[in-house]
Amino acid sequence: MTEEIIIAGFGGQGVLSMGKILAYSGVMQNQEVTWMPSYGPEMRGGTANVTVIVSDERISSPIVHEYDTAIILNQQSMDKFEKTVKPGGILLFDPNGITHPPKRTDIKIYAIEGVEEATRMGNPKTFNMIVLGAYLKLKPVVKTENVEKGLRKSLPERHHKLIPMNIDAIKLGMEKVKEFSM
Amino acid sequence: MGELKLMKGNEVIAEAAIRCGCDGYFGYPITPQSEIMETLMLEKPWETTGMVVLQAESEVASINMLYGGASCGKKVMTSSSSPGISLMLEGISYLAGAELPCLIVNVVRGGPGLGTIQPSQADYFQTTKGGGHGDYQVIALAPASVQEMNDFVGLGFDLAFKYRIPSLILTDGVIGQMMEKVIVADHKPRWTDAEIQKISGTWATTGKTKNRERHVVTSLNLESEKQEIHNHHLQAKYREIEVNEVRFEEFQTKDAEYLFVAYGSSARICQKSVELARAKGIKVGLLRPITVWPYPTVRIAELATKVKGMLAVEMSAGQMVYDVRLAVNGKIPVSHFGRYGGVIPSPGEVLEAMEKFIKGGK
Repeated sequence: MTEEIIIAGFGGQGVLSMGKILAYSGVMQNQEVTWMPSYGPEMRGGTANVTVIVSDERISSPIVHEYDTAIILNQQSMDKFEKTVKPGGILLFDPNGITHPPKRTDIKIYAIEGVEEATRMGNPKTFNMIVLGAYLKLKPVVKTENVEKGLRKSLPERHHKLIPMNIDAIKLGMEKVKEFSM
Repeated sequence: MGELKLMKGNEVIAEAAIRCGCDGYFGYPITPQSEIMETLMLEKPWETTGMVVLQAESEVASINMLYGGASCGKKVMTSSSSPGISLMLEGISYLAGAELPCLIVNVVRGGPGLGTIQPSQADYFQTTKGGGHGDYQVIALAPASVQEMNDFVGLGFDLAFKYRIPSLILTDGVIGQMMEKVIVADHKPRWTDAEIQKISGTWATTGKTKNRERHVVTSLNLESEKQEIHNHHLQAKYREIEVNEVRFEEFQTKDAEYLFVAYGSSARICQKSVELARAKGIKVGLLRPITVWPYPTVRIAELATKVKGMLAVEMSAGQMVYDVRLAVNGKIPVSHFGRYGGVIPSPGEVLEAMEKFIKGGK
């Protein structure tokens, strides 16, 4: 199994940390992982993306030109990455702020109302975990218990009290993800 | 035994430095390698191992602090990115001339000039063909994974002290900014004065005792005959390193009809291109120089009798390709594919370049 994922959105949405938690979770179940951020003059409000690869085998290139899954969280990223999903692959997006929804017919498209659900949960910071949950429902590359272990490993101890809330957000995302049709 | 971690390449350079018993780090911040000093400052090794971490006023100051520390037989290092390394070149030439061991890390960014902060491999000439003035070499290690970022810190120091030569880790923002699994080495204590005496006691300025000649560390020799003798000595040492320290890795070369030659992050991309090519039934392999100086010239010459052509893939306008051509010496076609100025080629476009090369044979 090799899963090549791009997560793309605004800086400050938790794109890089979502990728990091996914990568940590892969490590927790003895898989090979790479986490390659777009680095540079990114800032809150600018665009940010990260390529995460989780595999049972040695990973050749941390940089790929097409993805099994694209998780897209703003319009700029939709414009850039919709075309990079492999035929038969998955595009998961949050419709919030998307003016031109995806049009491809050779891939599977799913939506998660991450912003809306996070607001309903009363904590906008759970947004990225809701999206991660939606993704894990579609592609259970890592087990939820390993995500919990991954969170434990990647978060400083003072934030460990927030782990149950994050797990709840993941479960909510798993429930709320739905197939997208125009 | 080591410890399994998920870390960025830059962070692991710092971690490995502390763990291998480095005595001092002197540097000046520059993207995309600032995490090296940031990690050192967070880890505060001066409270545990006694390692000095100092943010100098400039790159020129950092490299001369290395000269001072290395003269005393200490394990010292610096890191920077392309424009910063350019500033250090005078100092690197002095270190090479005075035969001082040290470790320099260059996390290359796109140039020329201030250029960009994105990854590049356009400092190959600077690293392997001198850079600074005079006939000198540095041992240049090109890691292709976060694990090798860890391993080459210890290896770099070992080689530096074995041959009394600066070692340089030549990497870029792909390997520096990426996180991968890494097994970090166990802690080794810093050398004691007695150990330094044993390792570098014949030349280092460790304090003159009554019964020995004073040690002079210098790169200056105003008598040209003597300077020529010193140069002969340096050249003999470089030839010895060329025999003993060449490192490379081969990937599916056994039945390959065509070869990629690529180092560092480009080699990772080429591995994927090899996988894609093989899936299409094209017999392609990869030779990855691990040391870019000394260069795997002999092996490339051997492979030139087995394959039909070689394509050097670099994030530069074509630098390492000259070394491939020298090794191949006209036996088979050699070409170059590169993206540069901070652009990273995709495995797909690298494969396309290879297919075009195979068709055109040039």
